[in-house]
Amino acid sequence: MKLLIKNGRVVSPLNGLDETLDILIDNGKILDLKAKIETAADKVVDATRLVVAPGFIDMHVHLREPGYEEKETILTGSRAAARGGFTSIGCMPNTQPVNDNSGVTQFILSEAKRHGLVNIFPIAAVTRGLRGEQLTDMADLAAAGAVAFSDDGHPLANSQIMRRAMEYGRLLRALIIDHCEDKSLTEDGVMNEGRASYLFGLRGMPAMAEEIIIARDIILAESLGARVHIAHLSVKGALPLLRAAKERGVNVTAEVTPHHLVLTDTACEGYDTSFKVNPPLRSAEDVAALTAAVRDGLIDVFATDHAPHAAEDKEMEFDRAPFGIDGLETAVSLLLDRLVNANIISLNRLVEMMSVNPAALLGLDRKGRIAPGADADLTVLNLHKESVVDSGHFESKSRNTPFQGWKLKGLPVLTVVAGKVVYPFDD
Amino acid sequence: MEFHQKHLLGIEQLSPVEILTVLDTAESMAEISTREVKKVPTLRGKIILNLFFEASTRTRSSFELAAKRLSADIVNFSQTTSAVVKGESLKDTVLTLEAMNPDALVIRHSASGAARYLTTFCRSHVINAGDGSHEHPTQALLDAYTIRQEKKSFKGLKVVITGDILHSRVARSNIFCLQKLGARVVLCGPPTLLPDEFKSFGPDISYDFDRALEDADVVMMLRIQLERMQKNFFPSLREYRNLYCLTPERFQRANKNAIIMHPGPINRGVEISADMADSAKSVILKQVENGVSVRMAVLYLLLGGKDREAAD
Repeated sequence: MKLLIKNGRVVSPLNGLDETLDILIDNGKILDLKAKIETAADKVVDATRLVVAPGFIDMHVHLREPGYEEKETILTGSRAAARGGFTSIGCMPNTQPVNDNSGVTQFILSEAKRHGLVNIFPIAAVTRGLRGEQLTDMADLAAAGAVAFSDDGHPLANSQIMRRAMEYGRLLRALIIDHCEDKSLTEDGVMNEGRASYLFGLRGMPAMAEEIIIARDIILAESLGARVHIAHLSVKGALPLLRAAKERGVNVTAEVTPHHLVLTDTACEGYDTSFKVNPPLRSAEDVAALTAAVRDGLIDVFATDHAPHAAEDKEMEFDRAPFGIDGLETAVSLLLDRLVNANIISLNRLVEMMSVNPAALLGLDRKGRIAPGADADLTVLNLHKESVVDSGHFESKSRNTPFQGWKLKGLPVLTVVAGKVVYPFDD
Repeated sequence: MEFHQKHLLGIEQLSPVEILTVLDTAESMAEISTREVKKVPTLRGKIILNLFFEASTRTRSSFELAAKRLSADIVNFSQTTSAVVKGESLKDTVLTLEAMNPDALVIRHSASGAARYLTTFCRSHVINAGDGSHEHPTQALLDAYTIRQEKKSFKGLKVVITGDILHSRVARSNIFCLQKLGARVVLCGPPTLLPDEFKSFGPDISYDFDRALEDADVVMMLRIQLERMQKNFFPSLREYRNLYCLTPERFQRANKNAIIMHPGPINRGVEISADMADSAKSVILKQVENGVSVRMAVLYLLLGGKDREAAD
């Protein structure tokens, strides 16, 4: 099966490409890359005026299966990813049962293979049952295919457990991803603490709750020579900590979500639960600082924290609704519109943050670049096409987006995984 | 007469003129309550549902009396007797009740934004009778009515609101209401219950009750809940009392003609001493009495409909 993609603007920062090229793909790998390839292929795609990037990787996705299939399944989440321009996703372990043993990891991988859409890389739990007490069999999980470890959503309160996870994880060069939240400071909180929460009468989640755990994790990683990745960093106060740590050579990286870059806490004014997310939408000052940190290259990765919830789960009082935003199908357009087309970051930098860096963090050495021999995972973008977000068209099983009706310029138009066009869909 | 709201969700979105319209209307309503037959036919045939998802005695019965004096039919609903305990969502519960064609829903709920949430799927008029820590608009309106009764004007008045500002819907509604009417508001309490950000809403803040009381014209005390102590917002009732209880000695710092207010229920001997609560300066029971007139005015202004426009 040969696929020929002609005349696209190929952007692959890892090997310094940004030029119009043809790409020949065979057997799931990139075979050739030249200004003009004249050869017979089973399928030819004309990418004139389109950008061809190495496949985008979202390392923070909640697929909900097994256990919460009313919110999302591996199939619907995969379709959402393909439509959203992602060729690979890392899925968080807070399913039921929790992905804390190789059986669950294998189940996820076999389902992903059966559906044959996007690559799914399971992220296993750090502790059994996400209870923060006993480490999982990390080596066994890694052997089964887990690419990283996280107790996402159930942050490790106990510093000793976190220390042991990082320390033991060195055995595997394991990446520990931490949702940084001191729960004792956010107890019962539903939105960012500050003027807006006081005005709306909603219980606050202070920025310091995030900063304290980020500081702790940096200290642990530095002391132990371990790796730590900060999930969905959202507060201004954490940025100097991260900058200083990186300057000292600490093995710490960080991701931000699109929603933390484009929405502020005042959006909670109408008590619309589609704006309820954890970490909460922060102040305008945080958003400005976060945007500057993205521009300056301090942040490594964009990730969606795709957190689908069924309509009936979100249709309730703000206090009672679950946290989460359905993000896979809006992320790329939001980032193209608000960052790339707004000249805050270059297209090159976007590709680094959405493909090169997540591939490196998760140890996916055949991904993150367009070069002969690399996996033929490609994200094709139309930078100029405008679209309007309509959750009615989501492939995700859920509709919990705060971006309904947003008009955005820039759209993923074609997704190729292992040499096969997985979006637009055949059906 | 100017009042252009479909719902009464909070004071924040009302104009000063609209607030004064409520107060003026409440004055004519007060007269009805002095008649031998305390009832007029104004809202005959209107149905009002009193939806109380949180315990309340005075607000619920005040709305009930207000509706009855205007000849509306009112149905009481409380959480314990409802399907809520069977796991029904707020939306389903309210939609079910609304299918019985009420004209207005009065809602008290522990979640901030609950009243506003109802307006996203209900067609009835919605009246917020207290939503979480957000707003309690009819309380602020009856407080303003009471202050006007005693002080005639709001201009230049110093109103000190003391207690658990952070969690108080009464405080929020009063801050907006009194400032819109021209009064100066000072908030007082320990820093844990009085975030600095409240300054950005307009009031001054003070942790020192004695100093805050100097030259005060209105001293409004808020109920302090025991559960705040359990969560370490303050160390003990003893210490709270020492710092923030309104006592006769402290009250001397206020203006000679200052009045004492409290939205109730009172913790005697905690935020207010018994002799202060019962003193001649206390208008606490007048607040309760005025509550009925103010709620009559709110029901009339929202539900009066064509009759009201004709009368204008």
